[in-house]
Amino acid sequence: MTDFYGKGLLKGLGITFKHFMNTYLEDIRWLSRGKRRYFTEEGIENRKSIEARGIFTVQYPDEKLPVPEEFRFIPFLIYEVNGDGEKQDRCTSCGICAKVCPPQCIWIERTNDPDTGRPVPEPKEFYIDVDICMNCGLCAEFCPFDAIKMDHDYEISVYDRLEKNIYNKERLSRPVEYYASIRPTNYNREEAARAEAEAKKAARKAARKTEE
Amino acid sequence: MSEEVLVEQKTELEERFPEISRDERKGYAGFIVPAEKLVEFATGLRDEFGYDFLSSVTGVDYLPEEKLEVVYHAYKTTGGSELVYKVQVPRDNPVVPSLTPVFPGANLQEREAWDLVGIRFDGHPNLKRVLTWEGFEGHPLQKDWQEPFYEEDGKPFKSRWPGGDVIRSEDNNPFNKNVDYPEGFDPALWEPVGESAVYAGVGRLDHAVSETALSTDQIVVNLGPQHPSTHGVFRMVVRLEGETVVDLEPVMGYLHRNHEKIGERNTFLMNIPFTDRLDYFNSMSNNFGYVLAVEKLMGTKPPERAEYLRVMMAELTRIVNHLAAIGFLLNDLGAFFTPLLYAFEERELILDIFEAVSGSRMMCNYYRFAGMARDLPDGVFEQVKSLVLDRLPAKIDDLDTFLTNNEIIRARSIGVGVLTAEDAIAHSAVGPVLRASGVPYDVRRADPYGIYNRFEFDVAVRYHGDIYDRYLIRLDEIRQSIRILEQVIRDIPEGPIQEGKPQYQVRVPAGEAYGRVEGPKGELGFYVVSNGKPNPWRYHVRAPSFINLTALGVMGKNYKIADVVSILGSIDIVLGETDR
Amino acid sequence: MTEDFNSPGYDIPPEMEGQVAITTLDKVYNWSRRNSIWPMMFGLACCGIEMICAATSRFDFSRFGMEVMRPSPRQSDLMIVSGTVTKKMIPQIVRLYNQMPEPKYVLAMGACASGGGPFKEGYSVVDGVDKFIPVDVYVPGCPPTPQALLHGLITLQKKIDIQSIKNVRWYSKDPVEAIPIPVLGPDLMDPREYELIKDYTAEKQVEEEEVPVAEEA
Repeated sequence: MTDFYGKGLLKGLGITFKHFMNTYLEDIRWLSRGKRRYFTEEGIENRKSIEARGIFTVQYPDEKLPVPEEFRFIPFLIYEVNGDGEKQDRCTSCGICAKVCPPQCIWIERTNDPDTGRPVPEPKEFYIDVDICMNCGLCAEFCPFDAIKMDHDYEISVYDRLEKNIYNKERLSRPVEYYASIRPTNYNREEAARAEAEAKKAARKAARKTEE
Repeated sequence: MSEEVLVEQKTELEERFPEISRDERKGYAGFIVPAEKLVEFATGLRDEFGYDFLSSVTGVDYLPEEKLEVVYHAYKTTGGSELVYKVQVPRDNPVVPSLTPVFPGANLQEREAWDLVGIRFDGHPNLKRVLTWEGFEGHPLQKDWQEPFYEEDGKPFKSRWPGGDVIRSEDNNPFNKNVDYPEGFDPALWEPVGESAVYAGVGRLDHAVSETALSTDQIVVNLGPQHPSTHGVFRMVVRLEGETVVDLEPVMGYLHRNHEKIGERNTFLMNIPFTDRLDYFNSMSNNFGYVLAVEKLMGTKPPERAEYLRVMMAELTRIVNHLAAIGFLLNDLGAFFTPLLYAFEERELILDIFEAVSGSRMMCNYYRFAGMARDLPDGVFEQVKSLVLDRLPAKIDDLDTFLTNNEIIRARSIGVGVLTAEDAIAHSAVGPVLRASGVPYDVRRADPYGIYNRFEFDVAVRYHGDIYDRYLIRLDEIRQSIRILEQVIRDIPEGPIQEGKPQYQVRVPAGEAYGRVEGPKGELGFYVVSNGKPNPWRYHVRAPSFINLTALGVMGKNYKIADVVSILGSIDIVLGETDR
Repeated sequence: MTEDFNSPGYDIPPEMEGQVAITTLDKVYNWSRRNSIWPMMFGLACCGIEMICAATSRFDFSRFGMEVMRPSPRQSDLMIVSGTVTKKMIPQIVRLYNQMPEPKYVLAMGACASGGGPFKEGYSVVDGVDKFIPVDVYVPGCPPTPQALLHGLITLQKKIDIQSIKNVRWYSKDPVEAIPIPVLGPDLMDPREYELIKDYTAEKQVEEEEVPVAEEA
């Protein structure tokens, strides 16, 4: 029995059979360990990892594939709530994101102080045309104030784009806690860097004072 | 090739062709050839100096000098760096002799240069528009041509900040659409030309298919652009004698997204995410090619760790691409979906890595000038390691057993769609298509870029030039990629991933550069001309899928219509790159 | 599914509870349609690959009764416009749309299909497929991940759920007009706009002629 016609076919069918059986073998293995394979976080984690054998499907919307921290979809703006309970935008309307945006989908209107006429570090309006945005993440990458970040929310289908798909400042704004929850590593790194910069600034100030 | 050899060769060339002159503009290289001497020069270069591979032909509009320029990049298939030569013609009468009779590989590229830049090629057998349609008004890449939604010559646009009031571009257009018409145009008097021109190319009657065949009427059949086996919106017009293909012409442009025009409006950095969308299977290697071209101009290099990361991502993307290519090829051969599903499972696992690293599954936007966007997040390196070392080799072996000896696949693909080595070189075929025809040419080896000269790997080569070999070579290349990845995983150092501070406005000195990488589909080249401004003056992509299609006619002729579908699958085209 | 099915408003006698279901015709009609939407196998660009991914093992939209992707428009209910729509391609898309039998739906997948996307500024890109054919659901993203596409498909199912057999387009007495197929001239032309184009280009010519006169004066 060396080579006969159909040997390759049969071998190939063996692979599909193995694939088919793996699902059930895996199910039995999980069952014997007393664990649930479907609709549990552990199960999803297993099916998306390199240990996945047999069935590979993650059953959206009942199960959702966890997105990694760096995942990027549409940008959003971060605001902080200050001591008086007011929303404070991190954005200073410096315009770097609008300048760096490859498809030019960001429009920023700068606020001017009504008395002096000089620009105030807060945008009056901030628009992103979602139908142009290419989710490239350059705005978030080059924002010097960590004010614009990429969102994880991808469930944003709409029936009418003309009304809904130009996002204004209100639609774009999210609290800083939301950012911390979706991107903890980045958030902690940025906060640490900021604290360090503040400390340095304070040290310099103190040094100057002692010199005086 | 060392500098001295290059200089020596240059003087030799000048002695042989006294009419040519060196290109002495700052930042430029190569020779300027008088238009009337072009064919003689190109033929001599091929026959006497060994530059047998005409890789890229493109046009540049030098508006201030009132000149149009055609730029040619030639290589030796034995390896080495490029030889650039140019022909300059006045803007009001841009006629250049065609190189298509000598190098058939110039065919589609010359048509593209006519279409987009407006250079007429004298002696071209079929000079008509390729990416836009016959009857289109103007040549879009001429610098004074403006699109309907024109705002400014270069980004960033002033209307975005600080007084940025949002407006949709179409609201300024009288038709509320992205259209514009020449003055005095009357649609009622207008006669369509487009469709008849498409069929003109296969209009030649040729009865000498087979002497024993029944004499039948030849018919013209149109495949696509909406056809499940054309891998997107590709279209073929075939002339058939019975079921046998007599003549075949690819028709493209159904996904022409103005990549190059937009690229010239963009700043240098903005082009990186746009390159993602060229060949959307392999955004990483597209990034790589473009970044290399601009780094050549800037004269910078990334730090050590970034170099390793670049190779790692480029090789992972090669695996992704070849898996998908095999899956789709098998779809075309009739193994509907099962091999594709298996291939896509592994693809998903690699895409998970891309997503974790860069934030997006397909549009990675991960390479930066002189560095990378970010370092590997925690845990990703281990993920890559276990995937490459533990899972992939076994899965590739599985795929091999599953398909390679399958009798149906063998019957349908062995000896079908043969492309000889000579034809492959003449038609400027690259990548797996060229190597499956027995030419061991791989840019990673022939003209190493990045740190590829440090790795040990074999250039996969097969000798029959049929569909089966083009399938096998992809399996070989996946195995070689795994081999390179093993070395990367072993050697990758710690350290910074960006040279200097990341900047959104890079200074690029004036000059030209051609960066090329061995993309999964073949040699992917970026020709960038800078004039010192924030936006590139010219930005051209030498797309492997586009140029490989030049050889489709040769491969498809005299085979059955059902085979043409799988021949197309074996070239592995991606329409985003073909049409740009 | 059964909870959705039992329509409120009718009292079921206790002895028959769990054995019969009373529902409206609309519900049955919509339920059967929403669970058998056959998309057209029609990938345009990058999003097309994500659409294929949505059909492969990990996301597998056959769970929604959508696995039968039909290459022929005659057998499909849903056109997923997955990717950039170019001027050269839009005549074919409109023709395919006209060839689809009612009831038919269109899902614009990704930024390009919805509104031109990053390529909107280009000269040969249609700024939104809805300029030519009616779109039911827009899925933003560039490209939307397969899960985002699945979310879009669920959104479409919700739209189908609230349709009523009494007032749907395809049972109305007036015939549904086919959309005129755009023509590729010097630029893309909508046959309905020929008069407008003529007026506009004539106006443009007059303007061009007037300018030098004004300079001379």
